[in-house]
Amino acid sequence: MAVLREETHTEEAARGSRRPAEGGASALPPAVPSPRARSHWPKRAELLLLIGPALLVFLAFVILPVVLAAYYGFFSWSGYGAATDFVGLRNYITILTDPAFLEALGHNGFIVVMSLVLQGPLALGIALLLNRKLRFQSLIRVLIFVPYVISEVVVGLGWSLMLQSNGALNGLLEKVGLGGLATDWLSDPSVAIWTLLVIITWKYVGFAVILFLAGLQGIPDEITEAARIDGASYWQVQRYIVLPLMGPTVRIWAFLSIIGSLQLFDLVWIVWGQYVAGTAGTSTMATYMVANGRNSGSYGYGNAVAVVIFLISLVVALLYQRFILRRDSAVTTTGGAH
Amino acid sequence: MAIAAPLASRPRRRRVSEQSRRSSLISYLVALVLVGLMLAPVAYIILGGFRTNSEITVDPSGFPQAWAWSNFGDVLASGSFWTQVLNSTVAAVCTTVFVVVLGLMAAYGLSRYAFRGRAAVYALFTAGLMFPLTVAITPLYILVRNLGLTNSLAGVIIPQIAFALPLTIIVLVPFLAAIPNELQEAAAIDGLGRLGFFFRMVVRLSLPGVITVGILAFIASWNAYLLPLFILNGEASYTLPLGTQAFASQYAVDTAKVLAFTSLSMIPALVFFSLFERRIVGGLTGAVKG
Repeated sequence: MAVLREETHTEEAARGSRRPAEGGASALPPAVPSPRARSHWPKRAELLLLIGPALLVFLAFVILPVVLAAYYGFFSWSGYGAATDFVGLRNYITILTDPAFLEALGHNGFIVVMSLVLQGPLALGIALLLNRKLRFQSLIRVLIFVPYVISEVVVGLGWSLMLQSNGALNGLLEKVGLGGLATDWLSDPSVAIWTLLVIITWKYVGFAVILFLAGLQGIPDEITEAARIDGASYWQVQRYIVLPLMGPTVRIWAFLSIIGSLQLFDLVWIVWGQYVAGTAGTSTMATYMVANGRNSGSYGYGNAVAVVIFLISLVVALLYQRFILRRDSAVTTTGGAH
Repeated sequence: MAIAAPLASRPRRRRVSEQSRRSSLISYLVALVLVGLMLAPVAYIILGGFRTNSEITVDPSGFPQAWAWSNFGDVLASGSFWTQVLNSTVAAVCTTVFVVVLGLMAAYGLSRYAFRGRAAVYALFTAGLMFPLTVAITPLYILVRNLGLTNSLAGVIIPQIAFALPLTIIVLVPFLAAIPNELQEAAAIDGLGRLGFFFRMVVRLSLPGVITVGILAFIASWNAYLLPLFILNGEASYTLPLGTQAFASQYAVDTAKVLAFTSLSMIPALVFFSLFERRIVGGLTGAVKG
């Protein structure tokens, strides 16, 4: 994952200015030269055999669809036969002036920001806790990861049954005398998006914790032990030593979280469905795409929406790499971080 | 601490140990609350499967009165549940095997061969990580349909392999690059070529990374929703997530049975993950640290 931020390195390498990759930690390491340098042909054949199949599948099923989407996006097309009704930019104009799309885009933006704000600190706290020596440590870890491991369908069905207006949560609130708090968690437009955020946080905080734990394991014990011997308290060690060293890991998680939030589909579709998502204020760009593309038989339009989501994600990803992840490369090349 | 303790005077040591005992007590308390919050919705699903519909209607947040096993029995006795388990298993196993094999081969080529365009190929794979399935699903569906693979598991498996490759390669490359060159030289002296070295040594040495990516691919496939939703439209080819949702809408009034079905469908991924949790965190360490 660190590789994402190292693309600056690999790009440079591609341009011919190879530099030793040791400074850039986990940039694509220099290839290990073969001990038996021989003629080129067997090596090329081996390479083709090794990389060819993966590259072929990847190009055909990841890259090609994106290219196809760009093409079909210019047509009004029902998905059958050849696409012949060229409409130029009309699909795109319709998308960008459709209040339903702009509303969905707003929801995505809100989810991006709130996911970072809610999950980041929570996951850091949990990771620090799980990194301590506790009894039953591995049991506690497995239990905390349960929501991340079970499928979106299970999560969606379980939560939607629990949150129905006559469901378990309202029942529980009434039992403990807080019946006044009971509300329509799923269809009240002023509440539903917060409900969605709670479900997202519950489901995906485990992913952040896994990454953070992996990052914490990369911090040598000697550093924290030395600080403890020098009299630093547990919290001082976490604040001034561990957290700064976690910077790169946190920034990679934030990147993956942002991309994930921009593409959110499953949970909204399962809990709210195509129609309620619109009225409850939880629609996303992806649910808009499926509702107005495939489910309306307008494949040209659906592809155009896919292109818009793609471009928004791309711009966000490039900006993030340019302004936030770049710092990490700078730090690692000067030998700062781990 | 272990080193400092003998030097410290007695009372101070006691204070430190009291302090650490209190702080570890707080740790356990926080951990307990967290585990409770994470498990409550899951417990609701599982316990609900043991209740009757009238119990659930009268008291939605209660415990089972008389532990009704019949909901689980009914689900387990239905043929469609086992068809879906089989479909999900076939899809997940095929995806995992092919992702690991193709990913390992590509990562080996990328980490141990010097060739022009190497950085570009690697950058191409990492770029794939930025664009999950959602963006590609509409044209991907058309592509799969043109290949005549709709309604077949192959139509789900092949795109899943393609979309799992970036992460697989990114996790595996550091593992393969870390294998010392001397080992390869020694193998060469013993008469192993690069490919022989790959089959005899590399596969074994990169096992931690392979397990990590294998588990991640398996769970992702087991839980996949969007792709099967587009590709599979006949009950006979449904995977568990689609089947669970179909069951939930078909038996919407029979909440207890829906909860039993849902409980059963999450068991395999949970078992798989709990067996290998330690390996996943360990395997990602190489990829995450800067």
